[in-house]
Amino acid sequence: MSVLVSKDSKVLVQGFTGSEGTFHASQMIEYGTRVVGGVTPGKGGSMHLDRPVFDTVSQAVEATAADVSIIFVPPAFAADAIMEAADAGIKVIICITEGIPVKDMVMVKEYISNKPCRLIGPNCPGVITPDGAKVGIMPGFIHQKGIVGIVSRSGTLTYEAVDQLTKVGLGQTTAIGIGGDPVPGTTTKEAVELLMDDPETKGIVMIGEIGGNMEADAAYYIRDNFRKPVVAFIAGATAPKGRTMGHAGAIVGGHADTAEAKKEILRECGIAVVDSPADIGKKMKELLS
Amino acid sequence: MNLHEFQGKAILRKHGVTVPESIIAFNPKEAMDAAKALQASTGTDKWAVKAQIHAGGRGKGGGVKIAKNIDEVEQYAQDIIGMMLVTPQTSAEGKLVKKVLIEQNIFYPGPEPTLEYYMSVLLNRQTGRNMIMYSPRGGMDIEKVAEETPELIFTEEIDPKTGLLPFQARRIAFNLELSGSAFKNMVKFVDALYKAYVANDASLFEINPVIKAADGRIFAADSKVSIDNNALYRHPDIAEMRDLDEEDPSEVEAGKYHLNYVKLDGDVGCMVNGAGLAMATMDMIKMSGGSPANFLDVGGTADAARVEQAFRIILKDTNVKAILVNIFGGIVRCDRVAQGIVDAYNNIGEIKIPIIVRLQGTNAKEAKILIDQSGLKVKSAIQLEDAAALVDNALKKI
Repeated sequence: MSVLVSKDSKVLVQGFTGSEGTFHASQMIEYGTRVVGGVTPGKGGSMHLDRPVFDTVSQAVEATAADVSIIFVPPAFAADAIMEAADAGIKVIICITEGIPVKDMVMVKEYISNKPCRLIGPNCPGVITPDGAKVGIMPGFIHQKGIVGIVSRSGTLTYEAVDQLTKVGLGQTTAIGIGGDPVPGTTTKEAVELLMDDPETKGIVMIGEIGGNMEADAAYYIRDNFRKPVVAFIAGATAPKGRTMGHAGAIVGGHADTAEAKKEILRECGIAVVDSPADIGKKMKELLS
Repeated sequence: MNLHEFQGKAILRKHGVTVPESIIAFNPKEAMDAAKALQASTGTDKWAVKAQIHAGGRGKGGGVKIAKNIDEVEQYAQDIIGMMLVTPQTSAEGKLVKKVLIEQNIFYPGPEPTLEYYMSVLLNRQTGRNMIMYSPRGGMDIEKVAEETPELIFTEEIDPKTGLLPFQARRIAFNLELSGSAFKNMVKFVDALYKAYVANDASLFEINPVIKAADGRIFAADSKVSIDNNALYRHPDIAEMRDLDEEDPSEVEAGKYHLNYVKLDGDVGCMVNGAGLAMATMDMIKMSGGSPANFLDVGGTADAARVEQAFRIILKDTNVKAILVNIFGGIVRCDRVAQGIVDAYNNIGEIKIPIIVRLQGTNAKEAKILIDQSGLKVKSAIQLEDAAALVDNALKKI
């Protein structure tokens, strides 16, 4: 078992023939991901990387029975691509694109709210289930099939945690990069829920940063549903205060906004918080032995 | 992107939000001409003279004055233009004021008392929807109001499918205890404000205060407007409003090379790929007994040219006593980054401060060998904790 993606996932690549799409689709295929085709409007009927290209997501789903989609479409068109995937019945939509206007994402969130799909991202490294499927831009070789699930808002910091878990011999079940955007498709709490319910996942690493309430919300869920150890790192203890002009954001964020306040809440909820990012793997090893 | 008050107000006016009449002035002569023009068009006999910088609390630092005659307009413009304005939101040395906004006085006498409210439009990150936040306690520090009297902060969340509904605008006006013409004006004001927010891809509108004038008119007396950087491509007219004077020169320079750089006041510079890892690296510097001199995300393609620019920018900061480079190579190969560091080092000439390089990920071992055999005075590590120890050592030697 794993969450979101597995070796059975039939993956579609939106923005397949572009340079990003081409490069990362090749890497995914090389890793062993079952990439069944791609979508580039206007290039339907052709072949790319030995896979069929379609004009629309619904045509692609009809022809390939794809259930997962990864999006490499430029920011101006990415929101539309997400909604097209949701409309076509894709179950797991992973949007890598960085820089989508917030207004577009507010609309996307509303559009997909009553559709049977899950959006991961945007502005994220994607999802990987080692030895199953890599649906993202992360370096595959640092991963190892194992027992720890990872949820993270950041890219390279996730790789850091993955690398440490591989080195201490624990490996990963699934690593979920939820992305750093203000309107994420999946929140930290929702991703933690998936891993908490996954029988193969024996421990969870949660990587957060300053800003927003997502880690606190996840922490309250963990406190009330505690079934496996959780190690957390919150980046940004030394980050300068956000240079926003007004104070409105600070009020909405509440007091759980700073790294210190978040760590405090997490500790109170029974989560093992490490102060140094170098200690994530060691700490999890200690808790699981 | 943050806008000046006068730029924000121009956007509001265009979308039907009532704002006081005003004219921008770059010197006392222009200020006097502006005051006369406003007198002719609005009949005002007093003028607000307001420093235009990107910081709140301008009044507290002497950057906002009410002039009772044209001579005072000249005097205040003289005083304010060219001053280093210090407010709670600026650094200790303050910000140089280059222009003032001359504005019609809206605190004029009339049948009703003049009242001040607070209103903002922003994203509620928890629900992924926009909201209007408002309070009858305007004109003061809204964080204080939220802390002391949270019951006086109201919110109205907006469904993206329908936009702001008429009953919501009415509820706001009722909660602000308005009646008569002021009620109707507030309903129109709120509606126009929300439409302006959406139409311009704003990420924040903060109007503090919103004024109910003595004749029942509603005005946005101030404006703090931020526009979503990701949406600027849809608003070339707003993109042109960017004022580089308001930004740190080294940050502007970094932006040209697609480096995300924020200057801080510590002594250990750092260069990292990825924002999360960059913040984590800064935290680690702090734990090693140092203090981060900057945030610098080199992004996904840390090639030699970009690494060189990053070094040059970090080295401009004379407080920097050591530099930590922390790259987790995924798609980008560590040996390429290492070669970039060696080339950059040689191009810059001698770098007198210790450099610690931690390269992990794709081809990390080859990268370490390349650095170790380069003959440069650079310490290298693969594990993050080893890099932390090296920073610790470097700082102890200083």
